[in-house]
Amino acid sequence: MDRTTTEWKFSLNVRATLLAVLILIAGLGLWEGLHQVPALTGVGQLSEYEQLMAGADQTAKVPPPSAVLVRAWEELSNPFYDAGPNDKGIGIQLGYSLYRVLTGYLMAAVIAIPIGFLIGMSPLMYKALNPYIQVLRPISPLAWMPLALFIIRDSEASAIFVIFICSIWPMLLNTAFGVAGVRQDWVNVARTHELSSIKTAFKVILPAAAPTILTGMRISIGIAWLVIVAAEMLVGGTGIGYYVWNEWNNLDLTSVIFSILMIGVVGMLLDLALSSVARLVTYQE
Amino acid sequence: MSHAFVEVQQAAKRFPGDRGEEDLTVFENVSFSLEKGEFVCIIGHSGCGKSTIMNALAGLDSLSDGAMIMDGREINGPGLERGVVFQNYSLLPWLTALENVRFGVRARWKAWNEAKVTEHSLAYLEMVGLKGVEDRKPAQLSGGMRQRVSIARAFATKPELLLLDEPFGALDALTRGVIQDELVKIWSQDRQTVFMITHDVDEAILLADRIFLMTNGPQARIAEAVEIDLPRPRARAEIVKHPHFYQIRNYLVEFLVNRSGKLRTADIDQRGLQYPRAVNPVTERAPEPAAATTSADTDINSDNDRADSPSSATSTHKLVKFTPKETHHG
Repeated sequence: MDRTTTEWKFSLNVRATLLAVLILIAGLGLWEGLHQVPALTGVGQLSEYEQLMAGADQTAKVPPPSAVLVRAWEELSNPFYDAGPNDKGIGIQLGYSLYRVLTGYLMAAVIAIPIGFLIGMSPLMYKALNPYIQVLRPISPLAWMPLALFIIRDSEASAIFVIFICSIWPMLLNTAFGVAGVRQDWVNVARTHELSSIKTAFKVILPAAAPTILTGMRISIGIAWLVIVAAEMLVGGTGIGYYVWNEWNNLDLTSVIFSILMIGVVGMLLDLALSSVARLVTYQE
Repeated sequence: MSHAFVEVQQAAKRFPGDRGEEDLTVFENVSFSLEKGEFVCIIGHSGCGKSTIMNALAGLDSLSDGAMIMDGREINGPGLERGVVFQNYSLLPWLTALENVRFGVRARWKAWNEAKVTEHSLAYLEMVGLKGVEDRKPAQLSGGMRQRVSIARAFATKPELLLLDEPFGALDALTRGVIQDELVKIWSQDRQTVFMITHDVDEAILLADRIFLMTNGPQARIAEAVEIDLPRPRARAEIVKHPHFYQIRNYLVEFLVNRSGKLRTADIDQRGLQYPRAVNPVTERAPEPAAATTSADTDINSDNDRADSPSSATSTHKLVKFTPKETHHG
């Protein structure tokens, strides 16, 4: 029985991989094929206009995946070059974005987790702070940008502030939710063992609420990575968001598509990193 | 009067009623004392407030009325001199079995170094038969093993009073028997004072020196304190052969089936300190051996006789006749 079970699992993984590769090939093939169709029909009987235009299309087309792959190879083989303010390697651009995201995110964590703890522990604080949270939370992070630029007077710091403000809410609410939901039995264990409030917080409530807190942190890093692209399009200068917009202005759609893919890959890696941390603190009841 | 180790006087728990309605009194006028080294079980139907009494003793819940004194000090909060074993084990799921026991030991003896804490914890885990699984998390242990960890954690801190809240309620009968034996073994080493809630009459007879019988709630009280004078050490296999075993058992079952509900509105005592009537089913029922040894049908028939003449065994405490209930707002 064991053998068949493992064989079944194995074959499921293999089949899933095969299917994923098939979907990739089909998708890329369709994309590549659609791009080629007009060029193929035009062969042999070119009009005068077409001859003048040397076979080029009248309308600009989305570049084919082969072109994107070639661009990716070029960019990734030399990711850290710096040839002036408007021409930096993809690694440098992503580095700037990551630096902003992590700075704003960590600042948010430092503030959100203790306040979330407080709100979760104290019904009074929950009732007092909840109206503010409910009003501030739905505000689009980018709406803060003009105010941040005016007050901080620095585009770099304003971008970090926007990341801070957007990643604070999921962490705050999840921490409060996790702390408030710690089973009374476990708190009673701490009480019957005469643990001080500080020790109860660190030895019982924090480990008990850790999985919920980590879920909030995962949601936050996802949102932060979404928002940084938009924020950098606004503030300009450096970063992957600026890179996308700059390549759009250059009408280099190949680079645009390549950077979109890079945004996805980096976002996935950030999420994977936090999910592996979450696995460390997860417990089974 | 002499001071018992634990003294509970006129304890009551009331919940405020909905507007216009009377308060809901779960229990009131509950007084009892525990001697040092005594093993006392408390039996009663659900809702009579057993757990509230236990949680109040543990310092986790508060009473509406009454006082609890242990070793000359009033109980007004949880403390390490009182250990608790909860029905649902209450192990911390992110810690291993050993770490759960260490959690208690380290809280108890803060000056001990790591090695000593571990050594002490392992000794108690071994005592409950968990050697070799100390590195497993609670989720990887069976229900019986989890409750053993919980018992090891409670005993390892060497509390002066152990409070067991239906510790075997969630276990199957076979596992329960094994752990009961282990509990007897571990208890007979240190002879701590134990106060235990149970729903299992056999379990109570096996373990207890005295069994408190509670009437049904609301307005529950401890009606009687049944003395179990079966010789120790007791073992599950032998105890049922003892001639007094079924006399005691029948008495307890009869109380729970018939009298606990009838006594419900009986005005045991509205004023003044009143301890539960001490009862020894063996000596009490000696004059009527037929009722003692036969089936429950006989018990029902004999119930009226005995309820009217409880004075055969005790003197001062008398069940007052049914009276219209008065409510005292205090």
